[in-house]
Formats: sequence, structure tokens, C-alpha cells
Amino acid sequence: MEIWNEAKECMSRDQMTQLQSARLKKVVSNVYHNVKFYRQKMQEMGLEPGDIKGIEDLNKLPFTTKADLRDNYPFGLFAVPKTEIVRIHASSGTTGKPTVVGYTRKDLDTWSECVARCLTMAGLGKDDIIQVAYGYGLFTGGLGAHYGVENLGATVVPMSTGNTKKLINMMIDFEVTGLMCTPSYLMHIAEVIEEMGVKDQIKLKSTINGAEPWTEAMRVQIEERLNIKAFDIYGLSELMGPGVANDCEFHKGMHIFEDYFLPEIIDPNSKDTLADDVTGELVLTNLNKEGMPLLRYRTRDLTSISHDVCDCGRTTARLSRFKGRSDDMLIIRGVNVFPSQIETALLSLDETTPNYQIIVDRVGSLDNLTVKVEVDEKFFSDEIRELEKLEKKIAYAIQQMIGLATKVKLVEPRSIERSEGKAKRVIDNRKFD
Amino acid sequence: MALKQLSVFLENREGRLEDLFQVFEANNIEIHSFSLAESSEYGILRLIVSNPEIAKEELRAVDFSASLTDVVAVRLPGGFDSLKSVTDAVTSEYNIEYMYVLSTEKDKQAIVFKIKNVEEVEKSLEEKGFTLIH
Ligand SMILES: [Zn+2]
Repeated sequence: MEIWNEAKECMSRDQMTQLQSARLKKVVSNVYHNVKFYRQKMQEMGLEPGDIKGIEDLNKLPFTTKADLRDNYPFGLFAVPKTEIVRIHASSGTTGKPTVVGYTRKDLDTWSECVARCLTMAGLGKDDIIQVAYGYGLFTGGLGAHYGVENLGATVVPMSTGNTKKLINMMIDFEVTGLMCTPSYLMHIAEVIEEMGVKDQIKLKSTINGAEPWTEAMRVQIEERLNIKAFDIYGLSELMGPGVANDCEFHKGMHIFEDYFLPEIIDPNSKDTLADDVTGELVLTNLNKEGMPLLRYRTRDLTSISHDVCDCGRTTARLSRFKGRSDDMLIIRGVNVFPSQIETALLSLDETTPNYQIIVDRVGSLDNLTVKVEVDEKFFSDEIRELEKLEKKIAYAIQQMIGLATKVKLVEPRSIERSEGKAKRVIDNRKFD
Repeated sequence: MALKQLSVFLENREGRLEDLFQVFEANNIEIHSFSLAESSEYGILRLIVSNPEIAKEELRAVDFSASLTDVVAVRLPGGFDSLKSVTDAVTSEYNIEYMYVLSTEKDKQAIVFKIKNVEEVEKSLEEKGFTLIH
């Protein structure tokens, strides 16, 4: 497999630390002098740019949160004059104002460089024809992926989202070999390919999927279903967009492009920095961004970091598969439980993506965990005995995964509450006051 | 050819039976017979209806889990007193999973039951002179 930028992706750890330290000093000085928000924060902490001598001083710096972005709406965190900004993206917040991000021309080049690295990791190159089926617009997915494909030198087919049959017909007619879309949309495309009975006419080799959480079980399932290689991509608009990290053919976590994004893992409560391979909240610092560089942005994404050299030859750190959002983590009888673990357990039972909801109740001083699972036609039986057997099988699989006894309750299809089309995964009825 | 029974998963919550009957009414589906199996949390409604295929599709369209199950429906030649003759004729080979009444009308009494290997059982019942209902 090729590596897009060997000089940057295969650096020795010493070289990387030097590069990161130099870039960190520069970005700290930049935001101190050009962004009022950071200057005030640092002054409150009695911190001057000169106090940051390298990445070893990272934890002296202030955090940035989503709320800070909203408070500085729209352009308060820009570090360059507006004349230097060539593009704006915005993400719709579920509450209140959207968050806005501005890019200089160099920032867009950086972004395309990152996406080209991702595509190369997925075994795609200039001979490939790649459909981008993320939404084009204010959302970073579509345009970010688009210019990355062009930078790679491959042919981009800007599908955006919408007509799935049209996408599949073009996939056949153009002999499309690569596809970038969300994992759930990929699942839907697979279903429609099967319905249309055209699986043998598809030339697809690799897909890169992200922008929403999915599990390793789902990734493997879709690979087998479509006879493709599927890769996990990570990104967030606040830092750039898709292309912050991507997994290689060994699928041992996503390589993060450390020359641009400096990662840390912290305990979301104490905010202490955590060691390698310990799960916590991912915090990222933009190292080489001009338009809107962020210091220590709290992503709320839960993962761990590993610095072992990967079999693919890249030396960049790897982020383990995301375990959910720090807001979603449940502590039940002292055990950390992530909704994604329940999903993994359900998927291990050879059923298609099941719909589930986790309910936590406190009876006396004991926490009880109930998992509601919607009865799918695929595992519906007209015998109570069979359904009870299924409940036990699901409960056992979940217990194996999280180490806690669970009560499984079968419910009717689409009876689990949904808000804005998304199933509500966790109901915590415990009172913590 | 076996009789198609409509099987529907029902959560024990208010209004679900009404929802179901409304679907039947709207699509002119007649119920010939039914039985309800239940656990503490949910039930399975098993029905013999006039148009099981359409009933299944219409129920699925409104988010019921519904499926069709092959069952055997047989007339009881001497009314319910002849139940034993039916069970004798089939249970030597297979177990009956469940059974319910299809008709109590005089001289037309009939039952429905689920068993493995429906075709084989139907054939052997016919050979023994029983009348099947399709
Ligand atoms: Zn690798």
C-alpha cells in the first residue's frame, strides 16, 4: 500500500515532537496576539506565549469548548482579517446558534492534503473514480471530501446525498471504485444494491465512512456484504472537517495527522491527562491552521491513543475506535458502559443493525440495566418460547460485553422514541442529587 | 398447501389491539379465528384471516412486526369429541407446538395447529380420511 506523504506520516517520534513543539509555539503566539478570547483567557491564567516552550507545556494552556465557539459567533475566533478567509462552513447546533469556522487558502490546501492521505490509506489513487455522497453545503463533509479527491488526482463524482438508485446506476456506468459517505448511508446503499440485484455489476473497491459513530462489527459486516474494504474516517468541523484521522489496512485505530492536530486524552471529570491506551475524552489543538486555530478543543469524543509503530509503516499516533461521547458514558454499579458496546453485542448476534434503547433505573441503592430491543421481522417467531430464548441470548451477549447482568425487553418495531429521526439510545432514570 | 396464519408481535401496552383491528377494518380483512399467547411483557396474536398477505403488508406498513406461519387446519368429523383421533394421527411423529379452535359451528367444527413438517402431516391426515381447510 502507498503512503501519500511519507516524510510527514513516517517521521521518527523525536522529529515529530520537534515539529509539533515549533508549531505549537507559533500558534500560541498567533492566537495570543490576534484572538481576544485567547488573550483574555491566557492573561486570566497569568500565562504568556513565552511560557510555552514545547508540547510538554500543552497542559498549561486553556481549553476551548463548543460553548466558546457559540459565544464568539460568528467571527470572534478568527485569527486573520476577514479578507484572508476564502471559505466558511457552519454546523447547525441542536441548541441555539450554529458554530462557524473560517478557512484561508492555505487551510483549504491543508485539508485537501489530509483527505488525500486518508484516500491513499484506503488504497485509492489517481486511477480511481470516487463518488462523494456526503451533503454538499455548510456541512464540511461534501466539499472537504471533494477537494481531497481532486488533490489525490482521482476523478470525483459529486453525488451529494439523495437519489440512491441514481448513485448506484452511476456507480455501475462509471465503474466507480471508491465511495465516501456516512456508515448508515453505506448500509442503505448496500440494501438498495441487493434489492436491485446488481451486486455483480459493482466495481467498488474501497469506501471511507465517518461523520457518525459506528462499530467495528458494522464495518466488517458491510465489507463482507459488498465485498469491499471499508475504512473509518474521523473529523470535526471545529478543527477542520473530515480527514483529521483515518484507519489503514490493518484497522488498528485511526492514524491521526499529528503534524496538523496535536492530540491528548483527558479524564472528562478531573481533566487530567491520561496515559496511552486509557479511554478518555479526545482534546485536539490545531497546529498549522491560519483562519481559526483552536487550542485544546474538547471534542467530547471518547477514545484512547496509542503510539506503537503500525505495521503499515506509519509512525503517527492512532486513535482507537470511538466509544461514544463523554456525554453518553454511563457509570452503572461502578462500571463504565458505552452505548456502542451494547450495539456491538447486538450486532454479534448475526442480526442486522438492531434498534435498541438502554434504560437505567435505581432500585434502592442498586442500578438496574434494561435494554429494549425492537423485534425485527428477521428474528420474529410466533412462539413465546423462541422469543424468550432470544431475550436470553441477547442478555448473555450484552453481559459478555459489559460485565453486567442485563434485562432484555423485546418491543415493537419503531416503538423506541426518536427525536429528529435518531433513536434516543439512553434513558437514565437515576437521580444524582 | 398449508394454511397461512398471521402472527403479530404485540407489546402489552394500551391501544395496540385497537390499532390492529383498525388496520383490518380499513382493509376489509375478516377474522375467522385467533388465539393470543402471552408472556408478562408481550403477546403473540395468531390469526386466521381472509387475506393474510395483505394483512401482513398493511400491518408492517404501520410498524407492527407481523409474519406468516404455515399451520394445519383440519375438520373434526365427529365434533370436538374426535380431537383425539386427530392428535393420534399426527403426534406419533411430531409434537404439536400450539393449537386453537377455528370453528365451533355444528358439523363444521375445526381446529388449527402448528407442527413441524406441515406438508407431510397434511398428506398423512388426508390419507387417513380427514378433511383439510386451506
Ligand atoms: Zn497503519
